[in-house]
Amino acid sequence: MIPAEFDYVAPDTLQEAIAARTAGGEDAKFLAGGHSLLPLMKLRLAAPTLLVDLRKVPGLSGVTRENGHWRIGAMTRHAVLQDSHELGAISTVAAGIADQQIRNRGTIGGSLAHGDPASDLTTAFLAYEGTLTATGPDGPREVAATEFFQDYLTTALAEDEVITEVRMPRLEGYGYGYEKFTRRAEDWAMVGVVALVKQADDGTCEDVRIAMTNMGSTPLRARAAEDALRGRPLDAGSIAEAAGHAADGTDPPADRNASEAYKRHLAQVMTRRALTSATK
Amino acid sequence: MSDEVAISVTVNGQVEHVRVEPRLLLVHLLRDELGLTGSHVGCDTSNCGACTVQLDGQSCKSCTVLAVQADGSEVKTIEGMGTEDDLHPLQEGFWAKHGLQCGYCTPGMIMAAADLLERTPNPTEEEIRHGLEGNLCRCTGYHNIVKAVQHAATAMQSAEVSA
Ligand SMILES: Cc1cc2nc3c(=O)[nH]c(=O)nc-3n(C[C@H](O)[C@H](O)[C@H](O)COP(=O)(O)OP(=O)(O)OC[C@H]3O[C@@H](n4cnc5c(N)ncnc54)[C@H](O)[C@@H]3O)c2cc1C
Ligand code: FES
Ligand code: FES
Repeated sequence: MIPAEFDYVAPDTLQEAIAARTAGGEDAKFLAGGHSLLPLMKLRLAAPTLLVDLRKVPGLSGVTRENGHWRIGAMTRHAVLQDSHELGAISTVAAGIADQQIRNRGTIGGSLAHGDPASDLTTAFLAYEGTLTATGPDGPREVAATEFFQDYLTTALAEDEVITEVRMPRLEGYGYGYEKFTRRAEDWAMVGVVALVKQADDGTCEDVRIAMTNMGSTPLRARAAEDALRGRPLDAGSIAEAAGHAADGTDPPADRNASEAYKRHLAQVMTRRALTSATK
Repeated sequence: MSDEVAISVTVNGQVEHVRVEPRLLLVHLLRDELGLTGSHVGCDTSNCGACTVQLDGQSCKSCTVLAVQADGSEVKTIEGMGTEDDLHPLQEGFWAKHGLQCGYCTPGMIMAAADLLERTPNPTEEEIRHGLEGNLCRCTGYHNIVKAVQHAATAMQSAEVSA
């Protein structure tokens, strides 16, 4: 399968990339790892007229630690996160994406910009309440994870904005769990759950964040389950009870792998398992 | 037609200067323009791994990479792994342990396994099975492929010790 024709540029600076994207109009697209965009183009579900490749733009890759945050360049590949074990849940989540070949190409910026509710790093970004920098013709702005995902494959990003950096708080003292349910090893999640739990000295739940993959048109927080656990002693009983609320208020679309009812069931089971790992 | 782009890619150690249409896939550059037909197209949808090559030392599915994205990079294909007289330990392993039947998946398996052994020189059976989850084989049942990679890991480890 061959994509439709398009023009291609690989600018050397961020400003040139943004200018090229703006000049290319609404049918131009940025290109990062290409592992969401190229499959769509090969199937002719997408036919951009211009690709603006970000690969030569300096300073967009790598992980650094600063003021209680991890700063992750948008072009940082999943494989780099996978190998950055100090990132905790983010590293574990990245290691579970597809297979090694795909992790060697796909980037965190591409994952977030694509905004697929079935993708793994979008869920981690929401659970961490991260922020990102989006830079357009008028300069950079900050966008919080809570405002970023708007609808299926739709984000707060303007057409000619580049994600340059993603920041995740370090969340010292939190345990984490990640559960991804798939039919085959390299598959997308039928349902995935990231849980981050901070245990108080008296063994109760001081804070909890639970985010779910593929349970709606965007990644979702399981607020009812969080509320059910916060302040409670952390034990098998309270975790099971809270997990029972994971699908509350959700309306997951059925797909060829799972019915709505099955996804709601999976959300509860995956949440229980993720919370259990997060409190070990 | 969209404008062709001049790129240079080092393939198996040799610098290639070519002009390509932006939509040309890396696997087609390798197979159709450079005549390196060892990398196969199986699924054409980034699932099967038959097209796996190394791009700057890391495995990738060349059916999902544009040739222009490889500009300035080094590509290694199965043709760059060993020679008939001097097989790469992975090629040796697939031969010794009967890791192939029809052979269609084998070049991709070997290129993915090379990445795996780079990351994990002494992998457990489970690590091998996980490391090759992006590669499908329709013939062998995978068991002998795992043995082939174990064979290669052992050979490469002892070569390192004696070096
Ligand atoms: C077979 C297969 C299986 C997969 N399985 C999974 C999985 O299990 N879990 C998972 O999470 N993902 C999965 N993926 C997707 C993979 O992680 C993608 O690499 C990722 O979602 C997109 O990143 P990319 O760098 O490849 O983006 P690209 O494909 O290059 O771009 C995607 C979109 O984002 C835009 N974009 C890219 N970078 C930026 C930026 N910095 N600023 C603004 N816009 C930008 C592009 O214009 C495009 O619209 C899979 C992909 C394949 C092919
Ligand atoms: S042909 Fe590339 S992954 Fe199957
Ligand atoms: S040996 Fe035939 S597909 Fe693997």
